[in-house]
Amino acid sequence: MIGAHKRWDFMFGVLGILALMIGVLTFTALFADMAIKGFSRIDANFFLSFPSRRAADAGILSAWVGSTLVMFVTAFAAVPVGVAAGVYLEEYAPKNWVTDIIEINITNLAGVPSIIYGLLALGLFVYTFGLGQSILSAGLTLALLILPIVIVATREAIRAIPQIIREGAYACGATTWQVVRDHIVPYSSAGILTGVIIGMARAIGETAPIITIGALTFIAFLPSAPFTGEPAAGLFDWLFAPFTVMPIQMFNWTSRPEAAFLNNAAAAGFVLVLMTLIMNGMAIWLRYRLRKNIKW
Amino acid sequence: MKIAKIAAVVTLALAGVSASGLAQAQALVKIDGSSTVYPITEAVAEDFQKSKKNAVRVTVGISGTGGGFKKFCRGETDISDASRPITKKEMDDCKAAGVEYLELPVAYDALTVVIHPKNTWAKNMTVAELKTIWEPAAQGKITSWKQVNPAWPDRPLKLYGPGADSGTFEYFTEAVNGKAKATRGDFTASEDDNVLVQGVLRDIGGLGYFGFAYYSENKEKLAAVSVVAPGKAAVAPSLETVVNGTYQPLARPIFIYVNAKSAEKPEVKEFVEYYMKNGEALTKEVKYVPLPAKAYAYNLDHFAKRAKGTKFGGENKVGLTIEELMKLEAK
Repeated sequence: MIGAHKRWDFMFGVLGILALMIGVLTFTALFADMAIKGFSRIDANFFLSFPSRRAADAGILSAWVGSTLVMFVTAFAAVPVGVAAGVYLEEYAPKNWVTDIIEINITNLAGVPSIIYGLLALGLFVYTFGLGQSILSAGLTLALLILPIVIVATREAIRAIPQIIREGAYACGATTWQVVRDHIVPYSSAGILTGVIIGMARAIGETAPIITIGALTFIAFLPSAPFTGEPAAGLFDWLFAPFTVMPIQMFNWTSRPEAAFLNNAAAAGFVLVLMTLIMNGMAIWLRYRLRKNIKW
Repeated sequence: MKIAKIAAVVTLALAGVSASGLAQAQALVKIDGSSTVYPITEAVAEDFQKSKKNAVRVTVGISGTGGGFKKFCRGETDISDASRPITKKEMDDCKAAGVEYLELPVAYDALTVVIHPKNTWAKNMTVAELKTIWEPAAQGKITSWKQVNPAWPDRPLKLYGPGADSGTFEYFTEAVNGKAKATRGDFTASEDDNVLVQGVLRDIGGLGYFGFAYYSENKEKLAAVSVVAPGKAAVAPSLETVVNGTYQPLARPIFIYVNAKSAEKPEVKEFVEYYMKNGEALTKEVKYVPLPAKAYAYNLDHFAKRAKGTKFGGENKVGLTIEELMKLEAK
């Protein structure tokens, strides 16, 4: 009897490892393939050159700068809104059916295909608000896309805070706002940050919504840095600049006839995965750092 | 305190954004449209920006010929890349929005029918045979090479072609089946030509079609079919056969359309002039068939005179040779 159960236990363990390996090995194989194909292309020039019709001269300067700026806008928009929404739902919202419906909706939003966000943004940001096909439009679109992730992460992080902390603060006569400001947000910041960065790591690879709002394929200049150029650019002009992002640059290279461009695409893919890994690594490190400081 | 500071910064930021909204003053040429014309326009844009020491910015997008015209007729772009002439509907859209345009042919493309290199029987195919394979009535019925021509082996026919949004697809179906977009549905469609190349390579009975540039990059791997137009000899696609007008009916002109209002802006004017002056060399470099030098000279003249409108009257013309195109444009 016990032997049979042990056998089952062992078999499930093996099955579990196999299931895990499917994901891990696929990723490793893809990553290794990209690294092998693209490695010869990765040098300083690859990061400092604009796209070109000659594969050997082509680089990802406009793409990585575009991706970085778009991510910056995304974070700037999604974090305050997402955290505020999460705090409201956890600390302020009354427990009634309206709140329930909102909660269900947020969970559903996380599963909406990204192209839908792209279409919404095309109508809303690009045309109705007149923001144009710009870095600002793209950043806000991706912010919408990761908003559910940020909200859910915020709520999870807040829920992990022991109830005693709140009760203690309330007992001392603190208002809800004081509790949130002095306790809830600081203590949950590690979890929130992790959620934000995971959301950003998803957003950086998104292609469909960015194409929908009109990112460009060939762009061989960078947005003007504030106060440079002729005439001098304003502090926020870069927000309205045309742009491209890493996945679009990659996609363009994979659909070219010359085989050399496939190596460029592999190299760009390698860089993109590295960017994602670095972001995820940062999330883990920050969580570790912030957790260390919390002493309940 | 801290919060108040953040609030102040955000307010300032928003004020700055709204104030600087349309302050983008640096010269910009916006181009969008066909993926077929893209390589040429990209090459021109790259060299043009270098020649201007980056004082002028050029952006090139890929929305397809139809998608490009939608933006163009809303006045969002200065130049639209097109792998076919503007259609009646697009002409109406442009007119409704008050957008006038100049039509400039920039190169020729040869649609190339490709087969597996080990396919020895179908090196030459007539247009009628292509029609037997691709017409809507063939769906589900014509599945073997033997059914197309009794002299050919009984091997399964595996078909690959571009998707319905592409101008290449539109032109091929019109030239071969007699009606744009009329085709059998049971073939593997992809907008990515690399997928088509891989598909044909997998199978000795494979057949596909795409632009000449893709074939010339894959010459060692694939074989091109010589096309036999009614009453003519078999002609293989090449620079020469397109220029001398014998590769028919699958050679087609490709265009740029310039917004007439934008053409008054110095940066757009310079870009178009640069395009026409360097078009021949750059077209060759990206494996398309350039027009004769006099065609580019004619385009320059046409552009200088601001001769607006299209010479195609909203219809595609199949089997137009370069000579005929030039006569048509000179009208």
